[in-house]
Amino acid sequence: MIPQTFDYVRARNVGDALKALAAKDGTKVIAGGHSLIPLLKFRLAQPARLVDIGHLDELRGVTEVRRGAKIGAATTYRDLLESKLLAERYPIIAEVTSGIGDLQVRNKGTIGGGLAHADPAADMPAVMLALDAQLVLRSKRGKRTVAAREFFQGAFSTAMAEDELLIAIALPPLPRGAGTAYVSFEQAASGYALAGAAAVVKRSRSTVAHCTLAMTGISDRPYLVRAAEQLVGTQGLPDAIEHVAAQAAAGVEVNGDIHAPADYRRHLAVVAARRALQKAFVRSKK
Amino acid sequence: MKRTVSLSVNGATRTAEVEPRALLAHVLRDDLDLTGTHIGCDTSQCGACTVLIDGRAVKSCTMLAVQAEGCQITTIEGLATNGNLHPLQQAFWEKHGLQCGFCTPGMIMTAVDLLAQNSNPSEGEIRHAIEGNYCRCTGYQNIVAAIQAAAATLRGATPARAAS
Ligand SMILES: Cc1cc2nc3c(=O)[nH]c(=O)nc-3n(C[C@H](O)[C@H](O)[C@H](O)COP(=O)(O)OP(=O)(O)OC[C@H]3O[C@@H](n4cnc5c(N)ncnc54)[C@H](O)[C@@H]3O)c2cc1C
Ligand code: FES
Ligand code: FES
Repeated sequence: MIPQTFDYVRARNVGDALKALAAKDGTKVIAGGHSLIPLLKFRLAQPARLVDIGHLDELRGVTEVRRGAKIGAATTYRDLLESKLLAERYPIIAEVTSGIGDLQVRNKGTIGGGLAHADPAADMPAVMLALDAQLVLRSKRGKRTVAAREFFQGAFSTAMAEDELLIAIALPPLPRGAGTAYVSFEQAASGYALAGAAAVVKRSRSTVAHCTLAMTGISDRPYLVRAAEQLVGTQGLPDAIEHVAAQAAAGVEVNGDIHAPADYRRHLAVVAARRALQKAFVRSKK
Repeated sequence: MKRTVSLSVNGATRTAEVEPRALLAHVLRDDLDLTGTHIGCDTSQCGACTVLIDGRAVKSCTMLAVQAEGCQITTIEGLATNGNLHPLQQAFWEKHGLQCGFCTPGMIMTAVDLLAQNSNPSEGEIRHAIEGNYCRCTGYQNIVAAIQAAAATLRGATPARAAS
């Protein structure tokens, strides 16, 4: 049951939704509703009005953009899993998505809703950072693109303004032959990440030529591990990987809560990072 | 404020006077008298409230009735045809895929979605698919057996021998 009342309008197109948001009258977007409705039940969100974008075909689907891809913000996790283009170009998307929630949650939850919600324990944000995704935002004032790496500003806080709508997620091409991996330790009941690591590794013959590592679940926002660069130029041997993984939570204020105290979460970060780097390395082409 | 919503449920158009905050699960049960859809947790966890929205399994406690306007909704009451149980209903009966039966409608609706995607799921795939459906009685063993048996029936194969 939702204790508080609100109004509801269904947007007929993106322009409609932008107009509703521009009113700045306490209107909130609803896409799949799988983060928002739970909040409404607990009075943690109290919008005056919801504008529904869940039915807008113009916000759904995956399209090819040169060697990359563009994902509509209201594309469900289910649709991501069924995309052949993503499976071919970004297998890490299916790897992370198959572990999000359950079958029913994936049928309704959208990638844009998950990113806009910015739960610090959500899985997808780490992958977006690792892939250097670009988030396309629109409002009545205009359109702008914000890198995923700049988008997350704290727990449940993003670079989006109140009147902005996330339209699409643009994925640049991966370095040729790169291997990718997402590894997480899930909170047993919710499935959210206690610690999650997304890695991209490219080799050039026997030497690592590129390495990106992003973490989620550890702190108030997902982040890139700068030390990942230290794998470049090495042979990707276990020692070199361990050296980078050991720094997965270095200099970060680590969350501690009933699910995992900070020192345990820090330990999980290192293990998740090590496993993700190893998998990505093995999957990269020699 | 209440408004009239028009819902397509099990092939028929039904209307109800509801507020935007009304959850689909409540409207199905309280306004449309379709009490086969159960409410176990009301917090998106247990899956007892699962229905099909345009063929896809969705937790109806986590959807507003107004969001469902224009969609095809199928509840457990809509599965049997001409008095014949759906192969999944038949298999849950035959394999005794239940004890108290509270989770059963949601379990079956999720399985309908699974079998539409994958006509021959492995045990592992079945267990992954019903991750969002909690059963507090059976230990899941016979539920998995029932879904496997229904999959075989739907494929037109002879049902596998009882695993249990
Ligand atoms: C039982 C359950 C288990 C879950 N498990 C996991 C898990 O294991 N890992 C994980 O990462 N997540 C998990 N989730 C969260 C799930 O991933 C999110 O609920 C989902 O991605 C949010 O998408 P949505 O479309 O439902 O968003 P909504 O609930 O519709 O919206 C969420 C927020 O984003 C805003 N919003 C939505 N779309 C846009 C847009 N296009 N532009 C601007 N703002 C927008 C809304 O205003 C709202 O504030 C779980 C959820 C449930 C219910
Ligand atoms: S009642 Fe909907 S998931 Fe439990
Ligand atoms: S049979 Fe009782 S909860 Fe499943």
